[in-house]
Amino acid sequence: MTGYIERTIASLIAASERAAIAEQVAFSAGALQGVDPRVKVAGLFALIVVVAASRRLRVIAALFVVAAILAAASNVRMRRLAAWVWSPVLIFTGAIALPAIFLTPGRAIGGGHAITEQGLRAAAFLIGRAETASTLSALLVLTTPWPWVLKALRIFRCPMIIVAILGMTYRYIFVILQTALEMFEARKSRTVGVLPPSERRRLASSAAGVLLSKSVQMSGEVHLAMRSRGFRGEIHLMQDFRARARDWFWLAGFGLMAAAALWWGR
Amino acid sequence: MLAPLRAKLSTVHIPDGYLSPATCAALYAGAAPFWYVSLQRMKRAFNTQMVPLLSVFAAFSFIIMMFNLPLPGGTTGHAVGVGIAAIVLGPWASILGISIALIIQAVFFGDGGITAIGANCFNMAIIGSLAAYAIYRFIAGRAPISSPRRIVAAGVAGYVAINLSALAAAIEFGIQPMLYHDATGAPLYAPYPLHIAIPAMMIGHLTIAGLAEMVVSAGVVAYLQKSEPSLLKRTAPGAADDNLAAGNLRRLWIAVAVLLILTPLGILAAGSAWGEWAPADFSDAAARNQIAAVSGNQSPPTEAPRGLRALASFWTAPMPRYAPPFLKSPGFGYLLSGMAGTGLILLVMLFAGFLMGGRAG
Repeated sequence: MTGYIERTIASLIAASERAAIAEQVAFSAGALQGVDPRVKVAGLFALIVVVAASRRLRVIAALFVVAAILAAASNVRMRRLAAWVWSPVLIFTGAIALPAIFLTPGRAIGGGHAITEQGLRAAAFLIGRAETASTLSALLVLTTPWPWVLKALRIFRCPMIIVAILGMTYRYIFVILQTALEMFEARKSRTVGVLPPSERRRLASSAAGVLLSKSVQMSGEVHLAMRSRGFRGEIHLMQDFRARARDWFWLAGFGLMAAAALWWGR
Repeated sequence: MLAPLRAKLSTVHIPDGYLSPATCAALYAGAAPFWYVSLQRMKRAFNTQMVPLLSVFAAFSFIIMMFNLPLPGGTTGHAVGVGIAAIVLGPWASILGISIALIIQAVFFGDGGITAIGANCFNMAIIGSLAAYAIYRFIAGRAPISSPRRIVAAGVAGYVAINLSALAAAIEFGIQPMLYHDATGAPLYAPYPLHIAIPAMMIGHLTIAGLAEMVVSAGVVAYLQKSEPSLLKRTAPGAADDNLAAGNLRRLWIAVAVLLILTPLGILAAGSAWGEWAPADFSDAAARNQIAAVSGNQSPPTEAPRGLRALASFWTAPMPRYAPPFLKSPGFGYLLSGMAGTGLILLVMLFAGFLMGGRAG
């Protein structure tokens, strides 16, 4: 069966394309693109926490509108957000939230089935929080190149070694993704007819095994290359961020918004 | 009604909004000591090799999570790769590697929430890695690296580990409506109590997600046994690998040879072995005294029991009393009997091995 190979190839290509588009948007001109990454990481993370903490649906809805306005001002197309974030979250969380409308005990509000007010509110909370938090976290990645996001993590006292590993992991994801893609394409070009299920499982296992061997080999080569450049275990990151007046303005804006939403949503 | 819920809860990646900030903070705090200990152990064990090893392995785990795995029954599933990570790297490196992959998944690809990173790492990277490692080591024991037992151990380890991760996530979901609701009583986070959350989560994992983890763990270990057995040695310290097994086997042959040479010592033993009497011994005065001496001074019957007499002639050994009739020296007869007996046992075992398809270990 070639369908299995094609599906795996498609998911690998989709991840690769998504990363390429995110990088393209992150380097384009826009409101959030011009903000210091440290301010963005702190501000958007604060808003995500407020979304999680709010006990009022109206506050969550207001923060969703704020996120959508920020996206529009940052050259992030609504269609892209709908395809990448809103639709998948709605399908995934919607399917989980739907039974809650009927299963949550509370005041019945009519309908053929026992729909309860509490059930509707529970579903709205779940979907509202998931949609708003996902939009805010997507904004961070769509308006900030990944290496900058990582450098900004230092303000949360994230150990330098973890920042370095996150950066290298991101780079090698695409190297290994390319290797996996080539392996599956090579196999697809040599596959005629339908593979029996056991053969498909053997193919997946051996592909994973080969990828593991190659990864271990690659880590050895990368280590030797790092050693040859004088790596002795110490990691230094270039901190080249400079906060300007505009960044302080954004920081104040994020802070005020988060504080107001937190107070309103108690 | 629960069908879509079962289908969708078959993932362990918890998104934002499903857990309260307090639960998320508690799980970040719960994960932190494990991250710290893992980092310290990794620094000690790998030194400068740690950064590239963890980076590349986390990238590998990330890609493995994207594989569509064909499962028995015609469906497909995605694995986390925690079983194979714990088996190849050990639990501490696996905790860090899987955590890094989960963080990138959450932040960059939106799979799993940012506030739930602590929870997802606690469930999958920490519980999953420790459970997979412990189960693999327990079942695999000291089996040789190439043993089929290691494939079974890997499959069970992956299956149980991912189900324990799912159970932890289900419990975290299930306690939310008990702890957090608004003034009207509506649940603020994951809305299902434990008696719904646990079966909904576990049905998907006991079937699809668990099978996916089992297939990838067992399949990769089987592949590595043939192609790269050295990668399995890190978590198999006492395993008798091929060279070691050959060494043990050699020692075993030497021990058998020494025992064979020592067989004539049996003649030096005084008296007769208890219960190994011939019918004639019951009518022989000297033999009767020996029987009484080794039976607490109880006198044996005056003639051999009827059953013993009837069965004594049923089978006549080719070398009665370990002494072939053509040999005068009882010592050499003993040695020859020992060699013949050992050879016969080996022949039987070789034939049994041939019938079982030549599989050993």
